[in-house]
Formats: sequence, C-alpha cells, structure tokens
Amino acid sequence: MGNPHNKMTKRKFAFDGICNSFFGFSAIVWLGVFVPYNSSAQTDSVKKANELKEVSIRAIKLSKRQLSASPLQILSGKDLERLNSLSVADAIRFFSGVQLKDYGGIGGLKTINVRSMGTNHTAVFYDGVQLGNAQNGQVDLGKFSLDNIEEIELYNGQKSTIFQSARGFASGSSLYLNAKQPEFENGQTDHVKASVKGGSFGLINPSVLWQHKVSDAISASLSTEYKNANGRYKFRYTNGVYDSTFVRKNADIETMRLEAGLNGKLQDSSVWAAKVYYYKDHQGLPGAIVSNRYDFTQRLWNENFFVQSSYKKEAGRYNLMASAKYASDYVRYLDPDFVKDDGFLDNRFKQRELYLSLTNRYKINSFWDVVLSSDYQYNTLDANLDYFAYPARNTFLTALATQIHFERIDVQANLLSTYVNDKVKQFFSAGNKNELTPTVMVSWQPFDNLKEFRVRSFYKSIFRMPTFNDLYYTSIGNTLLKPEYTKQYDLGLTYIRAFKGHKLQQISIQTDAYYNKVRNKIVAVPSANLFRWSMQNLGRVEIKGLDVNVQTVWNIVTDLSLTTGLTYTYQQALNVTDKNLNYRNQIVYTPVNSGSFILGADWKNLAMNYSYIYVGQRFNQGANNVYNYVPAWYTHDIAFHYTKVLKHDRFRISAEVNNFLNQYYDVIANFPMPGRSYRFTIAYSY
Amino acid sequence: MKKQLLYRLSLAVMVSASLFSCRKDPQPAPEQVEILEPTPSGPVKGLYLLNEGNMNMNKASLDYLDLATGVYRRNIYNQANPEIVKGLGDVGNDIGVYGSKVYVVVNLSNKIEVLNAKTGKKLGQIPLANSRYITFYKGKAYASAYLGTLGDPTAGNGVVIEIDTATLTEKRRVQVGRQPEELAVVRGKLFVANSGGYSSKNYERTVSVIDLNSFQVTNKIDVAINLHRLKADQYGDLYVSSRGDYFDIPSKLFVIDTQTEKVKKSFDIGVSEIVIDGDLAYYYSTEYSKITGDNTITYGMINVKTEIPLTKSFITDGTNEKITVPYGIAVNPITKDVFVTDAKDYVSPGTLYCFNPAGIKKFQVTTGDIPAHFAFVY
Repeated sequence: MGNPHNKMTKRKFAFDGICNSFFGFSAIVWLGVFVPYNSSAQTDSVKKANELKEVSIRAIKLSKRQLSASPLQILSGKDLERLNSLSVADAIRFFSGVQLKDYGGIGGLKTINVRSMGTNHTAVFYDGVQLGNAQNGQVDLGKFSLDNIEEIELYNGQKSTIFQSARGFASGSSLYLNAKQPEFENGQTDHVKASVKGGSFGLINPSVLWQHKVSDAISASLSTEYKNANGRYKFRYTNGVYDSTFVRKNADIETMRLEAGLNGKLQDSSVWAAKVYYYKDHQGLPGAIVSNRYDFTQRLWNENFFVQSSYKKEAGRYNLMASAKYASDYVRYLDPDFVKDDGFLDNRFKQRELYLSLTNRYKINSFWDVVLSSDYQYNTLDANLDYFAYPARNTFLTALATQIHFERIDVQANLLSTYVNDKVKQFFSAGNKNELTPTVMVSWQPFDNLKEFRVRSFYKSIFRMPTFNDLYYTSIGNTLLKPEYTKQYDLGLTYIRAFKGHKLQQISIQTDAYYNKVRNKIVAVPSANLFRWSMQNLGRVEIKGLDVNVQTVWNIVTDLSLTTGLTYTYQQALNVTDKNLNYRNQIVYTPVNSGSFILGADWKNLAMNYSYIYVGQRFNQGANNVYNYVPAWYTHDIAFHYTKVLKHDRFRISAEVNNFLNQYYDVIANFPMPGRSYRFTIAYSY
Repeated sequence: MKKQLLYRLSLAVMVSASLFSCRKDPQPAPEQVEILEPTPSGPVKGLYLLNEGNMNMNKASLDYLDLATGVYRRNIYNQANPEIVKGLGDVGNDIGVYGSKVYVVVNLSNKIEVLNAKTGKKLGQIPLANSRYITFYKGKAYASAYLGTLGDPTAGNGVVIEIDTATLTEKRRVQVGRQPEELAVVRGKLFVANSGGYSSKNYERTVSVIDLNSFQVTNKIDVAINLHRLKADQYGDLYVSSRGDYFDIPSKLFVIDTQTEKVKKSFDIGVSEIVIDGDLAYYYSTEYSKITGDNTITYGMINVKTEIPLTKSFITDGTNEKITVPYGIAVNPITKDVFVTDAKDYVSPGTLYCFNPAGIKKFQVTTGDIPAHFAFVY
C-alpha cells in the first residue's frame, strides 16, 4: 500500500494557501468608485456644464431606498435594462445578503436564499400577488424573464408598509417583481416593443409587448415571449493532474409565455388591475457531472397558469385593497433510467391554488394608521405517486398592523395570525397549526438638520410551514413536522448625499448588521437506508451578517454619466444543531464574503455596463473539511448598447459578453456553470 | 478627459483580470493518516472501507486500515490515481478483494473499478450501468445491476454479468428479476436476491438461481418482498433479508436451503445488514416508525449452526447509543473483532468503530461520507 508516512505531509491543503481574492475584489471596487473622483481636476467648461444641472441636484429627494424601515434593494428601469441579465435570477445576484442557488445553464433551477435562512423563507410577488408553490415552497427565478419586468425589489423582513395583504407580512423576506405599467403621453394610444435575443447556448428568444390605451381610464397590455435553446455549453473540470473539457448535454429548453393585463382607474381615483398569465416549458434535466457520467436522459415539463385581479382605493380616511387569484401548476418528470414494472418513472404533479385577500386601512389622524388584513388560501396537490396522500390545505392569515409616522420617525408594528388546516384523502394528515408572530420596524432620522441620514431597525419573528413535499412526499414526508421558525434582528443606516458642481453627483449608502436564528429547520435525515430519508425538525442555525450597499452617480463630461453599485456581504452562518456533528461549522454553500460591483455608463446613444460578482470560498456539505471545500468564484460581464431614436421609433442593439474571463466554476457541486458566453439583442419600440 | 477615463477603466479591467490567477491551483484531494491500535491478524493484512458518498456529490472514497501497524489512511484513491477524471465516482455500492485486485462497484458512475490491492492503483474498469453488488468464484467475478438496458420502458429486469478477472472484461450476462441486489455462489450455483425496488406497489419476491455452466436462470425461489441481503454460511444455507414495504410489512430474515432451493426457516428480525463469520451471523437493523418519527436500532447475533438467535450483542459497552445509523459491518476472520460504521446524517464524515469479541470498543476513527462496505486484504 505504499508508504503512508510520505503522504502525511500532504495533509495540509487548501486552507492555509487560499488566496483571499476578496481583497483584490475590494481593490477594483474602490478603484471603480474613486478613480474618476480623484481625477476630476475640474476645468471651467465642465463646471459650467454642471452648473446647469445643479438645480435638479440640490433638491435631493429621499427615495424608498432611504425611507424604508426594512432593508430594501432595488434594480429598476435603465439600470435593469443595462444589466447583463436574461432572467430575474441573473439580476438578483447583484443584491447583498443573497445567495442564488444555481444549477447552471438556461434551464437550470435558480432559487434565492436570503440571509441564509433558506429558500422557503423568501416570498416572491408578481405584480403584488404571491407566486405560491405549496409543493416545495420554491420559485424558480430562472423561469421569469426580465423582458417585461420594470422593477425588482428585495425587502428583508417585509415591505415597509402596513397597507398590504396578510401574505405580505408572512415571510422572512420578500422579492417583488413588478411588470411594466403602461404610460401614455399626450396623443399616444399604443406602445409596442419587440425584441429578439440570441447567442450562446443556441438561444433564440423573441418577445413582443403591446400596450394599448382603451380609454382615459383603461389600458390593456399583452406580452408574449418564446425561448428556445439547445443549452449546450463547454465546461471544464481539473484537479491539476487531469484537465478535461466537456459539453453540457440534455440541457435544451423551450418555453412560451403569454400574459395579458388590464389596468383601470375609477372616478374616485381607486385603481384596479386584472392579469392572466400562462407559461409552458419543456426541458432536459442535465444531472450532476460525476465520474464516468456526462450525459443524461431525464426530462421535465412545466405548465403554469394564473389569473389574478386587484382593487385599491387609497383616497380618504378609509382605504381598501382586495385581490383574488386562481393558479394551476402542472409538472411532469420523466426518468428513462428508472424503469418500473409499468414503464419509465413518469411522475405528474398538479397543484391548484385559490387566494383571496382583503386589506382595510383606517387613518385615525394625520400620523396614525391602523390596518386589518385577512387572506384565505386553498391549496391542493395531486400526484401519481404510490401511497400518495392527496393533501389539501386551508390557510387563514390575519394581520393587525399599525403605523405611526412623523417626518423624522416611522414606526410600524404588526401581529400576524396564521391558521393552517391540512386534509388528506388517505394516510395521515398534519392536522391544524396555529401561530401568532410579531414584527416591529422603525425608521428614524436622528439629526434635525440631516435629513439624508436615517437609522432603521426591525425585529421579525416568522416561520415557514412544512411544504406538501416535506409532509406528504411518499416514503419521505413526515406528517409530524412542526413549522420552521426564524427570528431576525436588524439594525442599519442609510445616507445619501448630493454634491453641487462635482463630478460625483450623488452617493448613497445603506448598510445593515443582522442576527438571525433559525429553529426547527426542516432537514432530510436518513431513516432505514438511502432510499428512505425522512424529513425532521432538526436544524438550528445562527447567522450574523453585514450587508453594505453603495450607489454613486457621476457626471464626467456633459454627455457622459456613470452610475456604480457596490454590494458587500459578510455572513457567519453556523450550524448549532448538535454538539457532536459539524457543530459551529459554516452551513453548506454559504460564503463568508461575497459581493458585487456594477458600473454603468451612458454616453450619447451608447450605454455600457460592466458587472462583477464575487462569491468567496464555501463548503458543499455540512462538515468544513478539505473534501467539502469549494473555491471562490468571480465573473466579469460586460454589455454594450446602442440606441437610435427616430421620432417615435426607438431601435436598440445590445451585445453582451458574460463571464468574459471564462472562469469555470460550480455554484452547486457537480452542476457546472457556463464559461464565456455571448448574447445579442435587437429591440424596437414605438 | 475621456481618454483618461478610458485608461482608468481599462486599468480597472486589467486589475480584475489579474484576479483570475488568484484562485489557488486545484490539487487532487489529499490523503489523511491516523495511527490506531495495531491488531496483527496473521494472514489478514488489512481492511478496505468503501465510503458511498451522497448521491450527486461524486464523493465515493476508499479508506485503508493496515491491521498490523494500525495506520489508517483516509481517502487513498485520489493520491494513487490523480489522473482519473473526477475520481472514484458517485455512490460506491460494493467492494471485494479477489486475488491481488480490489473491485469497487460504483453505482451512479456506472462502473466497476479494478485496483491493485497493494497500491490502490487503478488497473482497469468494467462498464456496468446502475451496478450494485459483486462476488467471486473460480476466476470469475459476478456483478448485479438494476437494469439490463437503459431507456427501454419494457426492459425493467436487471442482470448479472460474468467478468473474467484476468482480462477484466464482461464475458456473459443473464437477465434476472427486477432490481437485483446481493449475490453469492453456493454449490456451484449463483443466487441473487431480487428487490423490485423501483415498483413499490409490486416488489419482487424471489431469489434467482443461475447455473454457472449454462449461465441460465434455472429456478426462482419465492421468499418475500423486496429482498436485499444474501449471505452464505458454511453449511450450504443462505441468509436472505426482506426489506418489507416500509409501511405495513416489516423487514424479515429468511434461511434458504441451497440443496432443496426452498425457504427452510424465517426469523421475525428486521435486518439492514448481516455478515456471517464461522458459526456466527452478526446483524443490525434500523427501522423507521411513521408513528413516532424515530428510528429503532437493534444489534444481534444468530448461531447459523443451530439457527437460533443469541441473546447477546456484539456491542456490550454502550457505544451503540452513540451510533446514529449503523451502515456497515465486518468481522475480522482471525481476531473476531467486529467493525461497525456510523453514517450519521449521510452528508458528513462517518465513524468506524472496532469492537473486540467481548463487545468492548477498541478504537474509533473518522471515515469518508457514508462508510458502508468492507473488504479484507490477505
């Protein structure tokens, strides 16, 4: 067996030698932020140019980014358009405190984990109504195209308003995807936007958006998109001795989305909206790249349909908001490598959801509001699994909330009551659950004459219900599960400052320190053998973190403006479940350091975007040992846009290079990410 | 002005580019060594332990314990074979030593790796999709696989293949029941336990008997649903475990007389794994209860000569309380020490325990993920 003692010297690996490129990362970031500033020995002509803009700059307006009592990050409008992003998932990588779990490629599952609490603690709202998934509690953000999204907001805790549905109070963090709202200037009755994207992975992605003004009070919109890609890309694995490049196979995807909406305004200035959404896809499921296995046969089909409508009246002392939704989701999974006595494994899952929400606000006086929100939700899951329970769930949410708001202080508090009742057609049901959870949020301007500086803080206790899969998945589910609880404590500050007559026109900083605790974390644990896992309330996690966000706006010369966005995240997320097993080890896939940097530039008809993402070293399993070590990864993306406006017609051409230094990496072990890739867009709008 | 900006931008890009070289150069996963209590065992030199590694993690790994010196070497494969792309592979399902070679069955990597038993160097591999278990007889290796053909909805049956251990190539194959598991040769006949594990409403219930001359199935012995373990004693009997259906039908143990090819006895004992050494069978069982949500773990022994369970266990010092999930067992044929592994939560390094014949712990050591299968080296 060779001489074992020779090998002993090789034990020290990786940890002592890891070059912490985080410092390198900070270096470029600060270079990016400050180089132009320091270089700005001002010339007279520049001064003059700036003087013209001063008027608008002096009266700095605090946006919701500064005023929100809960930490808020936004990507919207031009910034979002400039960014190298195909889906919502690509864009949210630039938020702090966020990890995107990405299985790679266009069709690979992409879910968001905010502040290490776990995917199921983030609710995703599409045009104000939550996208539910009672089966596994996860929303695949790779399925949501940015094509008709105007704004992405991420709130830690909850949205900073009490005038919201009870669902809005019911998650550890909330991601809002807001579709483009039709706006018509004088005389306009139609807007059309058509675009085609194409590039690496065999991508072809045409889309059309049509907005029509039906009357002064009503507008209609129609958005449709088709996407086809063979999903092939090169990836490389090496251990320094072997060095192999492969092509990702069975990664093809074809999707279709159709969305229609009506927006209206009534005479009392209340507004209503209605939306129908249909999405369908068919894709290959490329599996883990393990030794001797590089091709796969598994297939997946998805079909999502929902119709939702909402009504909002905000005038007067009594305000009302109502919404309703019906959703139906179908998933089919086919595994030709798994042959049962009656053919291939061919699982079909069908979910239905009915959702009703009513929110009442009463403004007691100029500074004191109270809200009562009630939601009802009904979910069912059917599956062609043996021994399946066919669960149905009734959820009643009631939130009682109050807000006291003065110019310098804003206090929001709410108590959320959740009642859940599960029924099954056979076997055991999880029965009833009743929970009462509070949230308190404060935003405060401590100095009388410094409106630009605010302190914010929140405390939130919330939980996630065990999903249908957790409870009822045949041979895994455990109906004895309790909810998974989280407690969040956050303290942060925001500061914004505008500069007169400088190249640096505006700088804005938001930073938060937080402490989260996850209790009764639902984890899969072994029972009799590897086929027989069971879900248990086992995990406890303690998370200490720091999020930093800095945005700057520059005006270098008359036509050249720059914006930068910088995020940094520090997270210590420790497993404190069991003193004998991986105790106080950093939890799986959570880097201690991560960050991003975006530089956007606009010059006349040209726009450019450079973006950088850094994710520090982490571990792909619970034990923080050398075999589970995953090195840091960092990608650089760049995009160029050219816009030409002819009267009302607007043409736009974009070219993007993503991961242009061609770094090969995995986000999830053995699910390789693409190296360098290209994308081109031609868009026309009227 | 503009030029200066461009210059600075390109500088920033260049600085970023230089970061690329900042990632530490990748290296083959290291071997780790620990010194344990030596157990000189005469002709038995050492013990291979195959760690399965969790599915999709590609973390099957091989540990080696030198019994004479007590040197425990964790993860020997990668240093011995750094040139093998992505290493040993995904889910190591069985290991056997035959002659001077080690055979490692790697389930999701669709292969049987053959290594030099002395050095751990790879000698070759036999492709076998969804491979499960291996046994040896007269210069041949026999291995089971869940499916004979992939991608055919009507081809639900598994196969057993015959491998020439000199050329390391597949010679013959025979179709058996659905999802065959362990196998053994007794009286020149090959017995394989069929599980039917892919169809939980319609498990298999038979042991297939294969004539080694014709390599044809000559009989199917009806036993019970979802068979798994199949071990031969020195009296011509087979001990076969049924996993039950995890709902109403519990796990049980059956004894087959290989002469009559009939079940001659059954025990109302749940069995997750069983090994037979001389007149003693050592087993443990992990059974999950839907009612309490807990695992019940038992350790026991059976005298295979009298076919009567013993009242004593092979762990007597209370160490069993520390074992979360027993996942592998082996008995040193010389010293009668018992090795038991703990797979813990299946995603963490496990533990190997060694007990003396009185059931007192001699030592324990950290293994790879999901330590499960043993093979002694002579």
